[in-house]
Amino acid sequence: MPGIALTLGPVFFHWSPELLSDFYRRIADEAPIDRVHVGEVVCGKRMPFSDPVWPEIIERLERAGKEVVLSTLAAPATVRERRSIEDLCADERLVEINDVTALRPRSGRPFVTGPFLNVYNEISAQFLIQRGARTICPPVELSLAAIGDMARACPEAEFEIFAFGRLPLALSGRCYHARIHGLHKDSCQFICERDPDGLAVDTLDDQQFLAINGVQTLSNQVQAFCPVPADLTSRGVQRIRLSPHTCDMVEVAKTYKALVDGKEDPKAARFVLSCLDLPGTLVEGYAHAKPGWQATASV
Amino acid sequence: MTNARMELVCPAGTPATLRAAVQAGADAVYCGFRDETNARNFPGLNFSGEELAEGVRFAHDHGSKVLVAINTFARVNDVDLWKRAADTAAECGANAIIAADIAVLDHVAKNHKQIRLHLSVQAAAATPEAIGFYANSFGVRRVVLPRVLSIQEIAALNRAIDVETEAFVFGGLCVMIEGRCYLSSYATGKSPNLNGVCSPPEMVSYDDEATSTAARLSGFTIDRYEPGEPVGYPTLCKGKFKAGGKTSYLFEDPVSLNAGGMIAGLKAAGVTALKIEGRQRGKGYVTEVVRAFRKAVDAVEEGGDAIEIDRILAGQSEGARQTAGAYSKKWR
Repeated sequence: MPGIALTLGPVFFHWSPELLSDFYRRIADEAPIDRVHVGEVVCGKRMPFSDPVWPEIIERLERAGKEVVLSTLAAPATVRERRSIEDLCADERLVEINDVTALRPRSGRPFVTGPFLNVYNEISAQFLIQRGARTICPPVELSLAAIGDMARACPEAEFEIFAFGRLPLALSGRCYHARIHGLHKDSCQFICERDPDGLAVDTLDDQQFLAINGVQTLSNQVQAFCPVPADLTSRGVQRIRLSPHTCDMVEVAKTYKALVDGKEDPKAARFVLSCLDLPGTLVEGYAHAKPGWQATASV
Repeated sequence: MTNARMELVCPAGTPATLRAAVQAGADAVYCGFRDETNARNFPGLNFSGEELAEGVRFAHDHGSKVLVAINTFARVNDVDLWKRAADTAAECGANAIIAADIAVLDHVAKNHKQIRLHLSVQAAAATPEAIGFYANSFGVRRVVLPRVLSIQEIAALNRAIDVETEAFVFGGLCVMIEGRCYLSSYATGKSPNLNGVCSPPEMVSYDDEATSTAARLSGFTIDRYEPGEPVGYPTLCKGKFKAGGKTSYLFEDPVSLNAGGMIAGLKAAGVTALKIEGRQRGKGYVTEVVRAFRKAVDAVEEGGDAIEIDRILAGQSEGARQTAGAYSKKWR
């Protein structure tokens, strides 16, 4: 039986170049992950800060034997943002498409579809596979069963489930970090950098609910889907995606590696994750076709 | 494109509102089937196949078009339900199908070449490249624009594409990029993309507590009202939340869209059609709003000035707060 591979998704947050370099250096040296996504997907305004450090990060990761995927913007708007997508699509490496904008420039060459691209059924998946999709990571609201149904109908591609991290729930044209600080997006002062895991949004009754990250809204809770390997392999799901946070991501990767290798059971894995410095409580409702915030660990 | 008269596209949640919208002057009405294939899948709304056929006859007899929204994302292993909806729309003689899912677009493009395809706002196509992809792949003739673009951006987009654009001018306002928002399923398990519903009514509760009423969605408090304060519907993105030490309407105030004052600007930006949101609205509301916008669009086409347009549209606020949304750049 083929094993389950681990993917490290792109960083959603506005991390400084130093933080990015340190983070990926550790991933390269210590994390048992075979594929690593790099690049800005949430806000094009952040790109001038991170762009200079990517070449060195990519080189470091590749020297460590990682497969590097170049992730592209989820909501491109400006000419510069659109050009960045076109440039990245010309690269020889695997590219992650997060908006239809990238489909034409990348068509005919291998790509990954990220969770921001709406792939909900086997017909859409096949359409994209014919144009080069090699790995499909469907929207986070789809259950493991639904992803499995797609995977079975599309054996030509690899299917990936978003297993760890705050869930990317929405994108907007409006920047909420700017709004809450009385600023506008066009003069945001890059204030989102203050919240490297996003800024918690609670209800009026202090229920933990959401988190904001510039134009993005995430869950406050942290997805921590810990299946037994057979749950995935029996459905044809071959990859697990871990989404970066400031907690010890090497430990997260090691925990998932032990889980997919059958060396640790889901309960033990969940316990290890719950001991880390996470920004929210553990949930996995979406994987079980329940509301995303639910912690249906016993299923 | 700026020389042609702009088309007024109006909501028809039921056969009765379809007739009302047509009689009030709609150039086109849009509607959906009574199932999860459309993004307004609410109890008591929408059309059966027979009702649609009858509605198309009525609209065509009165010189109006019918656009059928099949704009949710087809469920895996169940795509046939969406395909059948498209087949029925085509058999009924609808003028266009509004779709977002590649599976639906592909089916219509291959099997119903005679019917126009409009790209739903749920597809969130906002760049010339994305729109070009849908136009080339499926022959999409019109794009309903995401409600996050400014007028300047719409003008630039129209210069770069050769398909028509349709812009929302009135009604509910999504602040998130539509088709890419899973807030509703996160809280309730039901979402616009999968089920055609957002913040569904069966998950809403209004709880009277000591000094206020809490409006909750699936147990999450979305807003709280003092005695005597008008109570709103707990739509997730219009809620009051705490973040960064502040309590505020973080995403958007409880406002609705009114871009009536921007009709001339949208025309100058090359927009072909103006859309009024509100398939969940009743006959009286639709009649009144469509009539007012008919007059306003006609006045703009005749070269009427801003003061005249404002006068025509005064009274279309229902006492609620309104915004021109993203059309104005400072909204961001």
